[in-house]
Amino acid sequence: MATTEKRLEVLKTYKIYIGGQFPRTESGRYYIATNKKGENLANVCLCSRKDFRDAVVAARSAFGGWSSRAAFNRGQILYRIAEMLEGRKAQFIDELIKQDSTRVQAENEVNLCIDRLIYYSGWCDKFQQLFSTVNPVASSHFNFSVPEPTGVVAAIAPQNDSLLGLVSLIAPIIAGGNTCIVLASNTKPLCAVTFAEVLNSSDLPGGVVNILTGKVSELVPWFADHMDVNATVYCEADEATQKMIKEKSALNVKRVLLYDKTKWTDASGQSPYFIMDLQEIKTTWHPIENIGGAKAGY
Amino acid sequence: MIQTKTIPDFSAPVHIDQVGIEERASRFTKRSIKNESKLNGLMLALNMIDLTTLEGKDTEGKVKQLCYKAQHLHDAYPGLPTVAAICVYPSMVKTAKAALGDSGIKVASVSTAFPSGQAPRDVKIRDTKFAVQHGADEIDMVISRGKFLEGEYNFVFDEIAAIKEACGEARLKVILETGELVTYDKVRKASDIAMYAGADFIKTSTGKISPAATMPVTLVMLEAIRDFYYKTGKKIAMKPAGGISKSKLALHYLVMLNEVLGEDWMNNEWFRFGASSLANDILMQLMKLRTGVYQSANYFSID
Repeated sequence: MATTEKRLEVLKTYKIYIGGQFPRTESGRYYIATNKKGENLANVCLCSRKDFRDAVVAARSAFGGWSSRAAFNRGQILYRIAEMLEGRKAQFIDELIKQDSTRVQAENEVNLCIDRLIYYSGWCDKFQQLFSTVNPVASSHFNFSVPEPTGVVAAIAPQNDSLLGLVSLIAPIIAGGNTCIVLASNTKPLCAVTFAEVLNSSDLPGGVVNILTGKVSELVPWFADHMDVNATVYCEADEATQKMIKEKSALNVKRVLLYDKTKWTDASGQSPYFIMDLQEIKTTWHPIENIGGAKAGY
Repeated sequence: MIQTKTIPDFSAPVHIDQVGIEERASRFTKRSIKNESKLNGLMLALNMIDLTTLEGKDTEGKVKQLCYKAQHLHDAYPGLPTVAAICVYPSMVKTAKAALGDSGIKVASVSTAFPSGQAPRDVKIRDTKFAVQHGADEIDMVISRGKFLEGEYNFVFDEIAAIKEACGEARLKVILETGELVTYDKVRKASDIAMYAGADFIKTSTGKISPAATMPVTLVMLEAIRDFYYKTGKKIAMKPAGGISKSKLALHYLVMLNEVLGEDWMNNEWFRFGASSLANDILMQLMKLRTGVYQSANYFSID
């Protein structure tokens, strides 16, 4: 065998991420991701509604454990995701360039992603203090309101900013103790699948984040009307789809979040309000004895 | 057809083809069941459930709640069948019987020192008579697995026969606890002993031991029922129990039942599922078929 012969490159199979596993779609279907030059980049799973159903089951069963973890520990895990991403930077830059980014753009995007994860890592055990209140009431009660995670979130990631948009969407969802199913960008799915590998090696329990690839128009109705999903997130400006999501989400009164005007690349793309978008406020009345001469409690 | 019942020699070895059984059982899971046949299959499976609560912490309240559930599986879906029976401990039979009234749902009671079966025979007989006196329609007994594994087949045979006598009118289900019998050969032998000794049902497991019911083990038992039917002309019913909590798996079992024993067995007189969480999963599937929307456990009653 001649040593000068060109080595045949081993191509990666881009699979989906459900419950901490990397299965192929149950449907057996795939589509070819291409770049602007029309080059074939990879065969990518074309997920069906049944993959989504399985992902919801995984997200629901992960919710109890994830939401009851110490907030500080969630912060540690988000930080760990950032560490892992930093270590695999080159691979992400390479994939972004394949998907039509310039090198400078790609480096910027990956750096922003890492910083954003660190940002939300810090917020994990702090946003509760900012958004909790002690309420003045006219009876002998200690009355306070605290945020609690909404539950299982089904999100459709932005089509552009395929990595930054995905990370900016996932980080606040899981920082707040929710679990999620995310449909990656249809045209640029490579980074999403590689990001799943990062998540999988970051102490993040299986099922907290589930990543699917496929056609938005096919999956959106199922994202919006599944009874076991508590919120739907959509990032495009398509009005017909927005309307459909709102209508179907009404079935079990899901939260609907439309991030079509958000610019993920600048500073407004990160804020604790993204965490609060997926929190419910719980108010507790705790009976106490009267305190002080004024006979008022808190 | 031969109608005599000659009792075979149980000490003779039985050989079950393990690879063949497992291969055959896995084939049943490859059938595609959609739309109308799925709907009918799910309805049938629902109607075959023995809704079960067998916990040390069972209270009368819990049993009453379960009996209510048995009669009102999901009121948002009119026209649903009920489950076949409620399965409880002997001390709860009276409560269950009263709670079920004239709904037609049967009361099954475990007995004979369930789940271990480690008690003297007279205690087991009293246990059984107690349940029958309180109105149990069906008795789920456990065999003495220790004696069986020691090779004391006559002991096991006599015990089943004695409990059958104590049952009177009640139908007798004999639990083999296949998880403790280990090999298919022993499962087949225990099935034969139970059927010849007078069992009306043979049942895989108590649900307290893992593995509980599996498809291969159920297949071995279904084949034993088939062979017994060919030899004696007598139909025996089957009840896999434990570990069947998903609708899809229940449909696989129905496929297996249909292909091994045929349509005569496809009703709740001749086949049951011992389960508690299966009912809700079937209900969720039925609602999915009806509404086209995937369901959430939040909207179904707790069992």
